[in-house]
Amino acid sequence: MTTATAPQIESSPVISARNLDLTFETNDGPVHALKGVDLDIAQGEFVSFIGPSGCGKTTFLRVIAALEQPTGGEITVNGMSPDEARRNRAYGYVFQAAGLYPWRTIEKNIKLPLEIMGFDRAEQERRVENVLDLVDLAGFGKKFPWQLSGGMQQRASIARALAFDADILLMDEPFGALDEIVRDHLNEQLLQLWARTNKTIGFVTHSIPEAVYLSTKIVVMSPRPGRITDVIDSPLPKERPLNIRDSSEFLEIATRVRDGLRAGHAYD
Amino acid sequence: MRNVFPILTIVAVIFAIWYAAVIPMNFRLALDAATRGGEEVIPATPDEQGETGLIRLMLDNPSVMPAAYAFERPRLPQPGWVATEIYDATFGLIRRCEWQGWGEDSDNWTGLSDGCLRVVAHNRSLIFHAWQTMAPTLLGFAIGTGLGILLAVGIVHNRVMDLGVMPWAIASQTIPILAIAPMVIVVLNAVGVQGLLPKSLISSYLSFFPVVVGMVKGLRSPGAMDLDLMQTYSASRSQIFWKLRLPSSLPYLFASLKVGIAAALVGTIVAELPTGARFGLGARLLTGSYYGQTVQIWAALIMAAVSAALLVWVITTIEKRTLTTMGLNR
Repeated sequence: MTTATAPQIESSPVISARNLDLTFETNDGPVHALKGVDLDIAQGEFVSFIGPSGCGKTTFLRVIAALEQPTGGEITVNGMSPDEARRNRAYGYVFQAAGLYPWRTIEKNIKLPLEIMGFDRAEQERRVENVLDLVDLAGFGKKFPWQLSGGMQQRASIARALAFDADILLMDEPFGALDEIVRDHLNEQLLQLWARTNKTIGFVTHSIPEAVYLSTKIVVMSPRPGRITDVIDSPLPKERPLNIRDSSEFLEIATRVRDGLRAGHAYD
Repeated sequence: MRNVFPILTIVAVIFAIWYAAVIPMNFRLALDAATRGGEEVIPATPDEQGETGLIRLMLDNPSVMPAAYAFERPRLPQPGWVATEIYDATFGLIRRCEWQGWGEDSDNWTGLSDGCLRVVAHNRSLIFHAWQTMAPTLLGFAIGTGLGILLAVGIVHNRVMDLGVMPWAIASQTIPILAIAPMVIVVLNAVGVQGLLPKSLISSYLSFFPVVVGMVKGLRSPGAMDLDLMQTYSASRSQIFWKLRLPSSLPYLFASLKVGIAAALVGTIVAELPTGARFGLGARLLTGSYYGQTVQIWAALIMAAVSAALLVWVITTIEKRTLTTMGLNR
C-alpha cells in the first residue's frame, strides 16, 4: 500500500528503531516486553500502536520518551539518543490520566513545563493563551482541574504537552478512560490539531476504530514477546469527517487490523 | 453553628460523670470527718470503716454524701470549685482597674492601671503561667517542625539517611522524656544556656517526630505518573521537590503539625516538672501536688487543655486557609 496522504518531507525518519529489545528482570524470571522491533516514523505522520495488553505498545512509547532504557538494539529520535532528544525538548507526553496537579489552576498546569524549561513570564502567558485556544479551552485558565469534566481535563493535559512546542507528541491511551461520545469528539479535535500543527504523533490505543480513524500508519503488535506483526499505511485522506468510518476503505483497514491482532495472539 | 450541639452534649456528659465521681472519690474523707464530728455513722469506728467496702459505706450512710462535695482539699474537687479557682487565678486578681490613657512619657503601652494588669502579670495568674509554658512551646514547636522537615527532606532524597535516620528517630521516642529532661536542663545550664531554650529543646524533642513521619509520607505521595511527567521535562531534583513533592506533602504536613503542637505543649509541661521551674503550668501542677492542692492541679490541667485547644485551632485555621488557596479544599 502506498501513502497518498500526509505531505512527507523525504529525509531521515524522526523516530527510528532497529532490532530493539527490552527485557524486564522480574522475580518470576525475565519478561520480554519488546523483541526485535524495527520501525521508522517520518515527520508529520500520525502513528497508532495497537495490540492487546502486554504487547509492549506503551513500553515502546516509553522507550522513545527515554522513560525506559532498551536492553538491546538501537533507537534514535531526531537523529539523537532518546535521552538527548528529551533534553532538547523533542516531545510532549500525554498520559492515560490527565495528571494535572490539583493545586495548580489549568493555566498554572500548562505553565509547569514552561517554568521548568525557563521561559520568561511574558512568553509563558503568550504560550498558555495560544495552546488553550488550540484545545478549545479559552477562558478556563483560571479554573482548578476538579472544576472541569474528564474530557476537558484531558484536553488541558494535551495543551500542557503542546505548550513548549515539541515536534513530537506521544500519547499513551489518552482517551481510554473517557466515554464513547466524548472520545469521538476529542478524536475529531485531535485530527484538526494535528492538521494545524503538523506534528508527528505516536498514539497508543486498544480501540480499532480509533486507530483507523486517526492514523496515517497503524502498527499492530502482539504480546509474549512484544513485537510488531503488521504495519499498515492508511490510504484514507487527511481530511476525515466522522462518517468516514462507514466507508468501505475504512472497514477494509479495520478488518486488516483485526486479522493482524488475531494472527499475533492465540485466544485460548 | 451546627457544631455547637454535639460539643455541648459531650461537655454535659463529662460534667455529669465528674459530678457523679466526686462522691465515691471523697466519701471516705467525708465519713472520717463525720465520725470525728460525733455524728452517727455505720460502722462506728474508723478501723471498721477501713475494712468495709466503699459501696457498702455509701449505702449505709446516705446522709454523709453531701459532705463529699464540700471539702476544701478533696481528692477530687467538684467542677464548681475548679471554676472558682480558675476565676480567682485570672480575672479575680484584678484590683482597682482604671483607664489611664497613653501619656507622653508613659512606658505602659496598654494605658491601663497596674490593677488591671495583675490578670496577666501576677505570679498567681494562670494566664501568666500559661504564657510561661506557651512561649517555650511555640519556640520548641518551631524548632521541632524545622528539624522534622529537614530530616524528612534528607530521608526522601538520600538513601543513607533513609536507612540510617528513621530507626534513630523512632528510638528517640521510646526514651521517657521524663528521664532525659533533667539531664538536658543540667547539661545546658552547665554551658550557660538558661531560660526559654532548654524547655524549648525538650518540647521540640517530642514535636519533631510526627512531623518527620508525616512529611516523609507526604513527600513520597506523588504517584509514578506525576514523577514520569516531571522526567519528560528533564526536571532537576530541586525542581521536582519545589513543584511536585512539597505541594503534595502539605496536607500530610498539616495533619502532623496538629499532633506535633500538642506534643510540644506536653513536652514543655513535662520539662517544667522535674526541674523545679517556678513559673509555668508544670510548676503549678508540681506545687499543687506538693501541698495537696487538688483544686490548683485541676485548674492548671484545664488551663493546659484550653491552651492546647487554642494552639490546634490556630493550626487548623492556617490549614484551611492554605489548602483553600491551593484549591485542595473543595
